[in-house]
Amino acid sequence: MNKWIEKGLRTGVVTTPYPKGRDEAAGISPGLPDAGAEVQDDNNTIASRCPTDALQPTDGPIKVDQRRCIHCFRCVRNAGEPFPWDSGFEWASLMSEASVFPPSFRRSLHIRVIDAGDCGACLNEVKLLNNPYYNMHRLGFFITPTPRQADVLLVIGPVADHMKIPLLKAYEAMPDPKRVMAVGVCALSGGVFRSGFIVGSGVSDLIPVDVEVPGCPPPPLAILHGLLVLAGRSEPHQFIEPANPVEGGVR
Amino acid sequence: MRIDELIAQAKVIWEDALEAAFNISPQEAEFHCKPDRMNEFCNWLHHQKIYHFAGMIVEERSNRWDIHYLFYEEGVAVRILVKTGGPLDQKSFQSISRTIHAADWYEREAEDLFGLVFEGHPRLGDFILHDDVWQEGVEPMRAGFNIGAALENHKPKRDWRPRRIVRAPGSFIMPVGPVYSGDAESVHFHLETVGEEVIRVFPRLFFKYRGVEKIAEGQSVDEALLLAERFAGTTAFSHALAFCMAVEKIGPTVVPERAVALRVFFAELERCRHHIGVIESICNSTGLAVAASQAAILEEDALRLACELAGHRYLFGLVVPGGLSCDLDTDRCCQAVNKLKGIVQRLNDLDQALTASSSFLDRIEEVGIITESQARDYELVGPVARGSSYCNDLRRAQPYLLYDQYDFEIPCEQEGDGYARLRLLFAEVNQSLRIMDQVTENMPTGPVSNPYSVSPGAAVAGVETPRGATWHWVRVAEDGKIARYRPITPSFANWHGLHLAVESFAFQDFPIVLATFGLSVSENDR
Repeated sequence: MNKWIEKGLRTGVVTTPYPKGRDEAAGISPGLPDAGAEVQDDNNTIASRCPTDALQPTDGPIKVDQRRCIHCFRCVRNAGEPFPWDSGFEWASLMSEASVFPPSFRRSLHIRVIDAGDCGACLNEVKLLNNPYYNMHRLGFFITPTPRQADVLLVIGPVADHMKIPLLKAYEAMPDPKRVMAVGVCALSGGVFRSGFIVGSGVSDLIPVDVEVPGCPPPPLAILHGLLVLAGRSEPHQFIEPANPVEGGVR
Repeated sequence: MRIDELIAQAKVIWEDALEAAFNISPQEAEFHCKPDRMNEFCNWLHHQKIYHFAGMIVEERSNRWDIHYLFYEEGVAVRILVKTGGPLDQKSFQSISRTIHAADWYEREAEDLFGLVFEGHPRLGDFILHDDVWQEGVEPMRAGFNIGAALENHKPKRDWRPRRIVRAPGSFIMPVGPVYSGDAESVHFHLETVGEEVIRVFPRLFFKYRGVEKIAEGQSVDEALLLAERFAGTTAFSHALAFCMAVEKIGPTVVPERAVALRVFFAELERCRHHIGVIESICNSTGLAVAASQAAILEEDALRLACELAGHRYLFGLVVPGGLSCDLDTDRCCQAVNKLKGIVQRLNDLDQALTASSSFLDRIEEVGIITESQARDYELVGPVARGSSYCNDLRRAQPYLLYDQYDFEIPCEQEGDGYARLRLLFAEVNQSLRIMDQVTENMPTGPVSNPYSVSPGAAVAGVETPRGATWHWVRVAEDGKIARYRPITPSFANWHGLHLAVESFAFQDFPIVLATFGLSVSENDR
C-alpha cells in the first residue's frame, strides 16, 4: 500500500493551470476553423470542401459555423490556401442569460452523463476530466451516477432512437433547477449521422439545451469551459438562438 | 493450404453443392454454394479445413440476394468468400449457426434488418431494432424501406421488461443500464443470479444503433469515410484505414510507400493509446485509484502526442483513400517514438507495481475465464482471444500494409482469465513500440498520397484494430456512390462471447470482467 502512496506523491502535480491561468501545452485541442477569419471565397472552392457546411459562402467573407465543424481538416490539408485555424478551446455557447445557474450553484455542480449514441470519443474526453491533468473535482464538478442528484445533464451523441426514452426518463428524474449541456457536434446537430433514419438533429429535438460545446470530440478543456460557463464562472464564447425550441419544454 | 489446392479439393468433394469456385486474386477465393447446402459446406470449411469464420455480409442487389460468408486462414494470406443467394422473394435461408456458433448474431442481425429468416436458428427477433420501440416487419436495410410507414407505428413503450429465464428458489434479476454508472456507454445488462453467482447474463445492445450502414448508402466515398471514422471514435484510425484499404482495392490505387509506413506508425500509436485506456479502466474497476490515475496520465500523454503529430487527439481526418492527408517528417517521428518510449517505460513501471499488489491480483486472477475452445466457438478476436491462447492476429494471419517486413511478436497467454488479458495489453503496447521504432528507422521517402479516383466494384479489407479483427466490405455503384458499406467489427464478436466470462462467476466480479474485455458499445451498435 505504501508503494502506491509513494508513487502518487512522486508523480507531483500535473494539473492544468486553467481556468486561473492559461494552458498552452501541446496537443490539448484539435482547434476549429477561425470564426473571425476574413477569407474571401469567390469560387466556392474552400466552402465546397467542407462536408458539414461549417464553412458557408456569403457575398463577403466565408461565414464559419464552428458548431458544425467535425475536424476533418479538409479545408486545411487539401490543395490550395489553408483556412485559418483557431487552436483554442473556449468554444461553449449559451442559449440565454437565464441558462446560467443561480448564484448559489456557483461553487459546485453534479453532472449526470448520458451517452445517447456517441462514438466513444466524446465519452472518453468526459472520462478524462477526472484524470490528474484536468481534475475537475478541484473546481467542484462531480459526476454522479443518478439523475436524481444531478444539476446538469451532459448529453453526448446524436440521440439514437433507442436512447430517446432513457434520455427523457433521466431528464424527468432530475430535480429543478436543472440545465442541459449538449457536448459534441453529434449532440448539437446530429453530426455525420443526422441524415439517418434513426437519428434526429441533436438533443434540442427532445429537451431544451442550455449550453452547447462544439467539437468532434470537444477536448476535456472545452467541456470544462462549458461547465464553468453554466456555473457563471466563465464567459461564453457567444450567445446563440436555440436551434429548435421544444414546445412546452419549460423548466 | 494454397488457394488453388483448396479450390481443386472443394470442387471434387462438393461437386454437387458448388455452382462455381474460382480465385479473385492470389489470396482470395470465391465459392458459390447452393443455398440448401450452405450448412454442410461451411461446416466443412470451418471444422475440417480449420478456417476462421469472420462474418457475414448480406446485400440486396437489384434482383437478388447476395449473402457472403467470410472465412480466412491463419498464417497464410488466404481469404474465402462463400456466396449464396436467391431471388428477392425468397425470404428463407439455411442457418449455419447450428454448426458455426459464431454466426449466431450475424444471422439475427440479418433477420432484423433485412427480414430474412434463417431456418434452424432458435432465437430470431428483438435484437437490433428493439421490440418495444419498433413494430414487427420494419426492415430498414431493404432498398425500398419506407421510413414514413415505419414511423407511423413507432410507439416506444416505457415499461419494457425482459423475459425471466432462471426459475429457482431465491433467484432474482439485477437489471443494469442503459443509463448506469458514472460514465459508461449505454447498454443494458440483465443479470440473473441466485445469491452470489451470476447464472445467466443477457446484454441488451443496440441502444446506440445509428444505422451507419444505411446512412452510407448513396453517399460518396469521401462522405462515407467520415462515417467509417466516426462510428467508433476510440479506434477511428483503424476503421478508417480498413475502409480506405477496401476502396483502394476496388480502384485499384497504389498507396505510396511512405504513406504505408506512416499508416503502420499511426495504427500502432492508436493501439498503444487504446490499450493504456483499457488498463486504466481495469484499474478503475478494481478501485485502485492511484494506478488508475497513473494510467490516465499516460493515456492523456498519448492523446496529446497524437494531436501534436496529426492535429487530432483521436487521429480523425488523417487517413484518406490513396494515402494520408498530411505528411510527418522523419525527425518528428523519431521524437514521437522517443516520447512514446518514455510513456511505455512508465507504463511498464505501473505493470510491475500492479504485479506486486496482491489485493489487485486477487480481483482479476481466475476471474472471467474463457477457454480456448470457447474462444474458437465464438470466434473471439483481439486481446480477448489471445488471452485464451487463441492466437489470431490479422497482422500475422493476413499481413497487410508492411507488417510482414517488421520483426515483432504476437503475445499470447494461456489462462484466459482477467489477468491474462491485462498482461497481454502490457505486452502488446511494448510490441507496438517495437514496430514504430522499426518504421522510423526505415522511413521511405516520397509523397504521402496518390490521386484516387472512384471506380465501381466491391472489395473487402481486413485490419487488426486494437480490439481485434475488423473487416470492411464496400461496394461502389456505377455512379461512384456507395451501394453497400458493411463494417464487421471486433466488438460485435466479443460482446457475443461476454456471457461466457460472466456466467458462473460472482456478481461483484462483473464490472471487472467487463473492463478486462475492453469492449466498445458504439463499435458494436454502429
